[in-house]
Parts: sequence; C-alpha cells; structure tokens
Amino acid sequence: PGLYHSSTKPRDAGTGVLKATLIIQKWYRGYKARLRARQQYALTIFRSIEYADEQSQMQLSSFFSYMLENYADMCKEDTELVHRFLASQQCIKDRQKYVEFISVPDSYSGPRLQFPLSAVDIDYLLKGFMHQEILHARFVIEMLFETKKVLQQMPNFTHIETSSFEDITICGDLHGNLNDLLVIFYKNGLPSESNSYVFNGDFVDRGKNSMEVLMLLFANFLVYPNKVHLNRGNHEDFMMNLRKTKLNSSSYLQVYGRRILEMLEEVYTWLPIGTIIDNEILVVHGGISESIDLDLLHRIERHKVKSVLIPPMEVNRDHTFELDESKSSVSTTISKKSTSEPLLKYEWEQVIDILWSDPKSKNGCYPNTCRGGGCYFGPDITTKILSKYQLKMLIRSHECKPEGYEICHDGKVVTIFSASNYYEEGSNRGAYIQMCSGMPPRFFQYQTTWATHLKPLRQRVNTMEINAFRMLKERIISRKTDLTHAFQLQDHKKSGKLSLGQWAFCMESVLGLNLPWRTLSLRLVNKDKDGNVDYMSSFQDIHIKKPVEEVQSTVIETLYRYRYDLEILFNIIDSDHSGLISREEFRDTWKLFSSHYNVPVDDYQVDELVNTMDLNKDGSIDFNEFLKAFYVVHKYDTLKQVCITNLIFV
Amino acid sequence: VTDETLSLGKKKDKEIVADYHKKIKEAFEVFDHDSNNTVDVREIGTIMRSLGCCPSEGELHDLIAEVEDEEPTGYIRYEKFLPVMTEILLERRFRPVPEDVLLRAFEVLDSAKRGFLTKEELIKYMTEEGEPFSQEEMEEMLSAAIDPDTNAIHYRDYITMMVTDES
Repeated sequence: PGLYHSSTKPRDAGTGVLKATLIIQKWYRGYKARLRARQQYALTIFRSIEYADEQSQMQLSSFFSYMLENYADMCKEDTELVHRFLASQQCIKDRQKYVEFISVPDSYSGPRLQFPLSAVDIDYLLKGFMHQEILHARFVIEMLFETKKVLQQMPNFTHIETSSFEDITICGDLHGNLNDLLVIFYKNGLPSESNSYVFNGDFVDRGKNSMEVLMLLFANFLVYPNKVHLNRGNHEDFMMNLRKTKLNSSSYLQVYGRRILEMLEEVYTWLPIGTIIDNEILVVHGGISESIDLDLLHRIERHKVKSVLIPPMEVNRDHTFELDESKSSVSTTISKKSTSEPLLKYEWEQVIDILWSDPKSKNGCYPNTCRGGGCYFGPDITTKILSKYQLKMLIRSHECKPEGYEICHDGKVVTIFSASNYYEEGSNRGAYIQMCSGMPPRFFQYQTTWATHLKPLRQRVNTMEINAFRMLKERIISRKTDLTHAFQLQDHKKSGKLSLGQWAFCMESVLGLNLPWRTLSLRLVNKDKDGNVDYMSSFQDIHIKKPVEEVQSTVIETLYRYRYDLEILFNIIDSDHSGLISREEFRDTWKLFSSHYNVPVDDYQVDELVNTMDLNKDGSIDFNEFLKAFYVVHKYDTLKQVCITNLIFV
Repeated sequence: VTDETLSLGKKKDKEIVADYHKKIKEAFEVFDHDSNNTVDVREIGTIMRSLGCCPSEGELHDLIAEVEDEEPTGYIRYEKFLPVMTEILLERRFRPVPEDVLLRAFEVLDSAKRGFLTKEELIKYMTEEGEPFSQEEMEEMLSAAIDPDTNAIHYRDYITMMVTDES
C-alpha cells in the first residue's frame, strides 16, 4: 500500500510538520514490516512442525509394514500380540451389536435425532452445537452406520453438472473448526436441493470440534445425498485418529470412543476419492502425480485403502501360517477367508498420491519428502494430466494458505482451505469457492475469532510467536541428548560455546526442521558479545517432568518424543478397549518398537520405569496415564484465560 | 598499516559479508513460498525492513527498480537482491532514527504540548501529509496506538511499547 513515486512532491504544510510526519510514517512502516516478518517466521515454525509430524506418522507406517512382513517370525514368538494387531482391522457387520445396548437417558438434553434424517434434524444439530451441547453416542453411532450405507453406493468419483441456475460451493479443509462451518452455512446458506456443496476432505483433527463437524456434514449428506459431496482427505484415516484426544469432546465419547473410532475407520474408507464438475474440473484433496490413472481410480475398490500407515503387504504366499481358528474369528486383510484380493501396491499408491500431493512451481514430479507421502507436482505435470483427461482445472486443498485460497500453475490449480486461524488465532483466513458453469470461480473469505474485536496486529503476532516457540522448544527438549551430543562433537575446545553457524547446523540436522535458525536464535539461546552461542542455553526454561526421580533422562526423553506413536500402538494392542494392557504386552510392544526405531534405550530401563510406575499394582498398565505422565514444563508458563464472548467474522 | 593488518582487515570484511549473506538469505527464504529463490515484489519492503532498514516509500520504490528484472515479472530473484541488500547493510543505509528523534517528531505535531494527539489529528497528518498512509495502515496504527478511554494517542507510551516489542 502507498507505493509513492519519489519524484512526486509531497504536499507542503510547513517543513517542520512535513519532516515530522515523514519520520513517523517511515518508522511505523518499518515497525509494521518487522511485525509481519515475525508473523511469517512463526508460521514457518508451525508449518515445519506440522509436516514433520506427518512425516513421523509415515515412519509409523513403515513400522507396521515391518511388523506385517515379519509376521511369520513373530508368530513363533508372540502370536497373541500380532493377532491383536491384525484383529483391529476387522469389519463391523452388525449394527445391532453396536446400537442395541446404548440407551439414551431421559436426562439427556442434547439433540435427539430420528432416522431417517430430515431437515428438522439438521436444525436440531445446529442449534444444539451452537449451544455447545454434545450429541449422544447412540446418535453418533447411528449416524455413522447410516452414512456408511449410503456412501457404499457412491462411486469413487462423483460426476456433477452445474447450470446457470445451479451453482456449487466448494469448501476445503475444516479440521474440526465448527465455527468456520457455521460461518459458511450462514454466509452461503445450508445445503439444500438448490444449494450444492463439495467438502474436499480433512474434516477432522486439530480443531476442537471434529465430531460436531463430522456429524453436521454427515447429517447434511444423509438428507441431501445427491447435493452434498464429501471427498476423503488424508486425515480421514483411522490411524491418524487413534490419538483419542483428537475426537474426544465428551464423557459419552470416552466410554464409547473406541467403538466410534472403529466405525469411523470404515466410514472413512468409503468416502469417495473425488468429484468431477462439468467434466472439466477435478476436485480431490491433495493433488496428482505423474502416473495418475483416473480410469484405474474409477475402478479400484476404494474401501480397501485402510490407512496411509498400512500399505498393502507384499503378500508372499509361501509364508502361509496356521491361524488358530478359535482365535481368529475375525477376517484380516491377509486371511484366507477374505473374499477378494487386497489392493495392489500401485493402486494403493495412486490413492495416497491423490490425498497427499502438493503443487510446486518447479517442473517435474518427485517424492513429497516434507510430508513423507504423495509427491510434489510441477506445472508441466498439471498441464500433461489435465490435457490427458480433457480437464481444465484442478481444485484441491491440503495446504493452509494465508488468504484461504491460492491459485497457481497458471490458473490451472486452485488451493481452497476453509479452516481459518488454523495454526493460531490470526494465522490465516478461510475461504470457499462458488462455481457456476460458464463463469469464472468466485472466492469468499472469512476469519472467525473469539474476541469482541479483531486484535491489533502486534497482539496477534505476539500470541502466534509465543505458541510457535513453545512448540519448537518442546521439540528441542525432546531431542536434548542427541543435540547435546552433536554440539559437543563440534565443540573441540570444550568451551561450551559454538559459532552461530555451527549451532544452526546442529539444530537443523538433528531436528530435521528447515528453519531460519540464525534469526530464531535471538529467541532460543544466549550469545556472548562476540556472537558465539552458549549451546546448553538451548535447553533453558523448559524440562520434561520426570514421573519418577531416579529415571535416566534419555529414557524420559525418548518416551516423550515417541508418545504419539506409542499411543497409537497401545490403542491397537488394547483389544478390549479397557485402557489397560498387561506388563508383558507393554514389554513386547516396546521391544518391537525400539528395535525398529533404533532407540538407544535399554529395554530393562523401560521395564524398571514401568515397574516403578505400576500404578494399578495388579500387573496391568493404564497406558493413557502412563503417557500423560511425560509432559513438558515451561518455566515461565502463564496461561491466560481467554474470555469467550461473541463470535464475529470478517 | 602493515600488510598483515590489511589482510586481517580483509578477512574480517569477508566474515562480515558472509554473515550478512546468511542473514539476508534467511529473511528472503521465509517469504520464498515456492522455494524457487524468488519472492513477490510486494514483499521486498517487508524483507528489507525486517533486516533493520527503514527506507521511505520513495526510496523503496527506487530500490525495487534496482532489483527488478529488465522485464518486470512481479517477482524478485535472489541473485539480484543479494548484492544490492548486502551493499545497503555494509554502507549502513536507511538506518532507523533513534527513539528520541521519533519522540521529537510527535512533539512537533503536538504543537500544544499536551503529551498526546487526538485521533482526528493523527489521521489528518498521517493520511494527508508526507507519504500518506492507506486506510488499512491508518486503522492498523490506530488499533494499537489509541487509548480507547480518551480516544487519544499518548505518543510517549506508544513509542515505549513499540520499542519494547522489538527488543
């Protein structure tokens, strides 16, 4: 704003006043720019950590492959354990089994739904959710069941036609942001016979109201199955949801949570892969790859893509094993009972590419190393694929954009992202697209905020920064041993100091985060007057709480670092959903895990720790309690209470 | 001045330049959303200012002309930006004015020496004189500077707040 040609004379209101004004303007613009730069740095930290998290989940996937591949060997050692693991992939056939014993008490005051649903039920849900009411598990489960039934009838790609009377609205990632969904419905109208929608994946995770968002989307889908189109995103993946905390929003769900998650697993796999509008526009969650085969994708059995973390096993028929029939009353993907072949690896990869890829400005197609799944595709790939299938445009989501949308590849690729304030309050706007045949797409933006007014930039930046640095410091402390080792390797003089460049190099290589370390160093470490870094100050102001004093730091660090992966694993092992596993199971799981991940911790140390922490004193471990015991303490933590007043949007 | 001192001096210079290069690279990369060594021309001002410079809008305009390609594409390439920015840092051009100069500037506008400016006065000066603010810039400055009770800008406090933010 205000780019001013230097040859135009400013209005002269007295040189003193003019000079003073110029000084203030110059200073302010400098100050504001530096705020914006800090905002950008904070965003970079958030994005970097988010992608690193996704990558480490992919690591988990290779661990599962490893487990499956070594099944035969493990069989001898521990059939029980691996059975459990594979048994988690059972099909839910009988609704009765699940809904039967769940009664809704009279005291329940939340929304009551009547299946088959009608517009009235959607109203109840909306009003209920706006008053922060919680939907009873019974209705949740019924909803999931009905949704699955209808989704099963949908093809992999829904073909839609628009007309000049009937446009269609396309929304991107919602990530559990109920407020954003409500804003969209408010501004753009509820779905109806004359108001079509496409929701392009990633309805859940990260936001606080994943369950509410899902229920609203599914309810609308059930009432208007030909007008509401739901595409699968990379977060519609039961493995990603096995972190219970993400879906928990009530005590009901804590009781039925596992059951709900099992049903969700199935519903997710039946979500269509994409939509095609007017035979011209392809809408999928992530993107495309060089080798994408839309004809193949139309044909594959999409529900067999269980999770990005479970690639199809390279089934080696020689490795047949004897499953004790009495134990395996469930069908597994490799059981002889399965009625059809599992998906082929390259078919599975095609779907993963659709869900995970990102467009880049560089030509070519290469693996998406940032996320660990899918690929990066350049403008040449877009041109090639679009023309191959006679398409004009690709609309996708998957990436957070500051303005809620972004156009690239010469107008051929549009990113649409509907979760505003995704990383932090003020981090980005959300947007949606209105499309009508023959007209260019129209973009609508919004930003929801819990405040009586939009806070000034400096406050938003401060909030973002504080949180970004908290997250970063948690990463740092969880790698303290490795980092200290790296620092000391470089510190030949044993002075406790390194040059800024050396410190930055260690941070980047150990943490695997591509960040502007030199600039960030101002907030992360202490430096002397020569600019050398006191590297151990990287760990000041933060430490991991030791649940037991005598335990070695490396053990604590490792458990803290892998806590999410372990949570997923334990949840799988816990087949009766009790929240408890036996000490033997814990030990065995840990052994497998640590050998695959090359964890530098002795098994007996973990054993010791578990012994000391055996809170139940009956040989079983409440693993949620166990994992929660490892948390990070920030020295200067001041949790400010945020006053929830009105919901406003801009 | 012996040969030794000269070569030591050169070494120091080299280190300083190398240091600046790394700083500039980091600031540039954070706005290089496509990771292809280019940034949108509209971000150049932000990048330069984030490196500690305080050019006026007119000066910025001239600088952009220096780093643009022959045929402006709307993007600035790193290869062109780096040498220009290094020079600016080495010559310490566009240094921000010290705090007391800023204070005196406000005092000049506050002819009645009340210690504050009214909202209307500030708007008038910032949007009509010098290199006028856009509406967005004005609103943004007001949102942080104004005291909602008095609808005035107590500039001493405001300056202190900005300075604390930056340190």
